[in-house]
Amino acid sequence: MAQRLPSVDVLLVGFGWTGAIMAQELTEAGHDVLALERGSWRDTGTDFAPSFIQDELRYRYHGHLFEQTAQETLTFRNTPDQTALPMRRLGSFLPGTGVGGSILHWNGQAFRFLPYDFEIRRQTAARYGEAMIPADMTLQDWGVTYDELEPHYMRWEELCGIAGQAGNVKGQKLPGGNPFEGQRSKPYPTPPMKQTYGPALFGEAAGSLKLHPFPCPSGNMSQAYTNPLGVSMAPCTYCGFCEKFGCGNYSKASVQTTILPVLMQNKNFTLRTECEVTRINLDASGTHATGVTYVDAHGNEFEQPAELVIVCAYILHNVHLLMTSGIGTKYDPATGQGTLGKNYCYQLTPSVDVFFEDKVLNPFVGAGALGMIVDDWNGDNFDHTGLGFIHGGYIAAYMTTGRPIETELLPEGTPKWGAKWKQAFVKNYLTSMSISLMGAVMPNKVNYLDLDPTYRDVYGRPLMRMTYDFKQNELKLQDFALGKMADIAKAMHPREIKKSPRGPHYDIVPYQSTHNTGGAVMGVSRRESVVNRYLQHWDVSNLFVVGASAFPHNSGYNPTGTVSALALWAAEAIRSQYLKHPGPLVQS
Amino acid sequence: MNRRALLVLIASTTLTGAGMLAFGPLAHGQIGDFAKQERGRQLVAAGDCVACHTAPDGKPFAGNRAIETPFGTIYSANITPDAETGLGAWTEAQFYRAMHEGIASDGRRLYPAFPYPWFTKATREDVDDIRAYLRTLEPVRSVQRANEFPWPLNHRIAMAGWNGLFFTPGEFKPDKNRSTEWNRGAYLVEGLAHCGACHTPKDVFGADKTSQSYQGSEVQNWFAPNLTGDSRTGLGGWSEQDIVSLLKAGHNDRTTVYGPMAEVVKDSTSKMTDADLKAIAVYLKSLPASPADTPAAPAGNVMSAGKNIYLDQCSACHQLGGDGVKNIFPSLKGSAAVQSRLPLSVVRLILNGGHPASGPGSPNALSMPSFGWKLSDNQVAAVATYIRNAWGNTADPVSATDVKDLRQRVEAVNGAY
Ligand SMILES: Cc1cc2nc3c(=O)[nH]c(=O)nc-3n(C[C@H](O)[C@H](O)[C@H](O)COP(=O)(O)OP(=O)(O)OC[C@H]3O[C@@H](n4cnc5c(N)ncnc54)[C@H](O)[C@@H]3O)c2cc1C
Ligand code: SF4
Repeated sequence: MAQRLPSVDVLLVGFGWTGAIMAQELTEAGHDVLALERGSWRDTGTDFAPSFIQDELRYRYHGHLFEQTAQETLTFRNTPDQTALPMRRLGSFLPGTGVGGSILHWNGQAFRFLPYDFEIRRQTAARYGEAMIPADMTLQDWGVTYDELEPHYMRWEELCGIAGQAGNVKGQKLPGGNPFEGQRSKPYPTPPMKQTYGPALFGEAAGSLKLHPFPCPSGNMSQAYTNPLGVSMAPCTYCGFCEKFGCGNYSKASVQTTILPVLMQNKNFTLRTECEVTRINLDASGTHATGVTYVDAHGNEFEQPAELVIVCAYILHNVHLLMTSGIGTKYDPATGQGTLGKNYCYQLTPSVDVFFEDKVLNPFVGAGALGMIVDDWNGDNFDHTGLGFIHGGYIAAYMTTGRPIETELLPEGTPKWGAKWKQAFVKNYLTSMSISLMGAVMPNKVNYLDLDPTYRDVYGRPLMRMTYDFKQNELKLQDFALGKMADIAKAMHPREIKKSPRGPHYDIVPYQSTHNTGGAVMGVSRRESVVNRYLQHWDVSNLFVVGASAFPHNSGYNPTGTVSALALWAAEAIRSQYLKHPGPLVQS
Repeated sequence: MNRRALLVLIASTTLTGAGMLAFGPLAHGQIGDFAKQERGRQLVAAGDCVACHTAPDGKPFAGNRAIETPFGTIYSANITPDAETGLGAWTEAQFYRAMHEGIASDGRRLYPAFPYPWFTKATREDVDDIRAYLRTLEPVRSVQRANEFPWPLNHRIAMAGWNGLFFTPGEFKPDKNRSTEWNRGAYLVEGLAHCGACHTPKDVFGADKTSQSYQGSEVQNWFAPNLTGDSRTGLGGWSEQDIVSLLKAGHNDRTTVYGPMAEVVKDSTSKMTDADLKAIAVYLKSLPASPADTPAAPAGNVMSAGKNIYLDQCSACHQLGGDGVKNIFPSLKGSAAVQSRLPLSVVRLILNGGHPASGPGSPNALSMPSFGWKLSDNQVAAVATYIRNAWGNTADPVSATDVKDLRQRVEAVNGAY
């Protein structure tokens, strides 16, 4: 029997990035907030200090900071006619667990989406006609606009001290920035990072092709920075242990370096770690959440009542928790009815490797978001007439790391082991780099999430089942982008290049990106979305679902800027509207 | 959420709070005493009473914190107004006698771990205000544990002898030739704030070496730095504002506070008024420099080993030139703490790391990681010697034996890494 605890005002499920944003915004407004986090407490000096964090085997390969599949995983198949099997090892994506969530081991590539993204269906149809949108592409508008989110993007960038060069401030185009970006109210809070040789060569080549290169907006600090909450971050050392690692130098934006020090001093905030929420409880009417059930580290079960429940457990757990709690109508790919689980999307990340004969690039001088970008083929920044696909992606030359085990760029025809492999490794380690695409993925009728009929988790709940494959839109975009990437690569005058496409079928084994999206999407009507424009559940008005689960499609950028802007936008609606007059914020 | 319910709740707790003060059975203060209690609250902050009088995980001011002294362990008293186990039954005169002469209500002599040799300087009015504030606290029942002292110190009468030798009761006498601000600073530093309790070296009896006042001393295996005007190891190069910032926020452009002083900042100085902090700074800046010493020169091979270790392990944060990052990573170059007479704090921070002070105005809590599990005694000695002698710094070299000794002493208290 679960022990029943005293009720709280606001309960957060998960204390990663969006959990921290919500906790800060709501405690600041004077509300009592309790966060339940399944993982443990983590602190820079103790858990990822610079004296030991550079341990590639422990963190990258043994996944010390990642969630453990023995505890929670999902099953996977490419298409509905296949039988899904459990993912027994993390591969394609690497969600986190513990205080700070996945942003603890992120890169810091800190983008906004384009205004086009939020009105993608309307704008695509207006420019190219409805016929441009294939029947199986479940494309929809988000119910919120870029202009509405702009102040929240700004707030996010200021919390995190994002380093970058603006391209469009209040309509004024600025040299060196991204000319295609949505209008910004202010420049970035800190100047861009210094580029190393590789990205600089890419920038020159892109410039020679009349493209518009700009430095990647970065959550790795280009200089010391103190955010509006009074928390300071130190300049990045370009150590190259960002992605998949915690930053020991207080130089990468994360929960620990931006919000936590202030939050832990707020008397109206309580954090309980090693408490995994297993269910969101509803009252008999099914339209009101009464709280959650959770299990602590000793296996004891508790019932935690709450007035307001906000789920911030990362997209995959957000959707799974809604499904196992029986909240909302499950999506049925056969009929297109129901909403929970639909529009699961991912990211498309082919690359072109570039090998020089004589240019020493020193890849070990790197940082998670160190690189140059071109946005000329992202979103609707170019004419898609006759191309057979919509959207696009940014092309990047990143220098994130030269870590010895993981960094392996080898030319076509190199054997996989032996003396020849060694020679090629030594010859190319210092003189090679990669150009990659952050490709958008459009929703498809048969890419979705539901519950697995066979496999169960440690609590006896069905695992979530992911059905996902690249579709025509992605494959055509990939062909197009590889051509453009090769053009830039050739303009860098290398000895040789190597194209590395993804697909044709999505493979869940190799690491690609932790940019899972959708499944509990936002939108203008309850017919086509799980949550309304404020991330409030259509059926259960005291339940908000925050994270990339709300994205109706995935754009050609990393997600966290938009995840954060949406969280801050929802927090403002909760503060200024919901808590004054609890109930649905949008009438359907 | 039911905001109205929340408001009602706040309103009702406020009412009972006020009701208790005015009419409750434990009506210690009268409503009209608010100004007095508020002055008392500030003085209690200045005295950092909460630090010693609160056990880990205990109720504030309910006592029973173990205080390690060179002579044995003392458990602090319950100073909440509980009638039986706290100060509830003490009269104003009894409380003043304790503060002024170190004698408890029942006539027993108190041990000077209770800093009455400093508190004696406080005026009667201030002591009464302190009592007024303490009497507004929630009474907590908590019986004081027996002290763990060897013979003959377990006989409190021994304290009479100690007092006779080392203690002169007497309120602070202002110096007419100095400014009001200086006098206020002196009154706090010499009195309630009892800075000398840690910063003045002690003799074998645990009494101050008055000839070396504020020249820095060993405390709980840390080194409480020199507060005199010496420009290398003291506050000579510091501005008054540097001192104020440090006491307010736990860090300034030069350095960051770690160790026991971090607790002092959190519980005491960060809660003092800016005017009082400024007065303290004015007074400290007037302390004459300690006599200059000539540190021994470090061996060349130790310096080069230390430099390599520094580059590998330390420079990412403290920077190649040792100048750190303003307000984030303390500068080692020119640092008084790094060049201090005894290298305890430096070595201890390298071995164990530490969490700095943080408070509402300064949320930063950038901790120093520990290296004790990673570097040998020789390596720690080399890097400590290096930072004490690089970039224009000078201080005695640190030996591997010093490191080994401190490692053992700290492990004895904290356990191994
Ligand atoms: C290797 C890597 C690199 C990345 N790089 C970038 C990048 O460069 N740019 C970018 O924009 N994004 C990047 N991301 C993505 C970014 O980390 C996420 O977008 C962001 O962390 C999402 O925030 P969230 O709050 O939704 O989830 P999280 O930050 O993951 O937080 C979710 C929290 O909920 C907890 N939780 C889950 N289930 C439960 C439960 N049932 N009960 C209690 N607690 C629960 C989890 O333990 C976790 O702490 C990267 C991610 C990874 C893994
Ligand atoms: S590259 Fe910079 S931000 Fe990334 S882990 Fe290293 S110091 Fe931190």
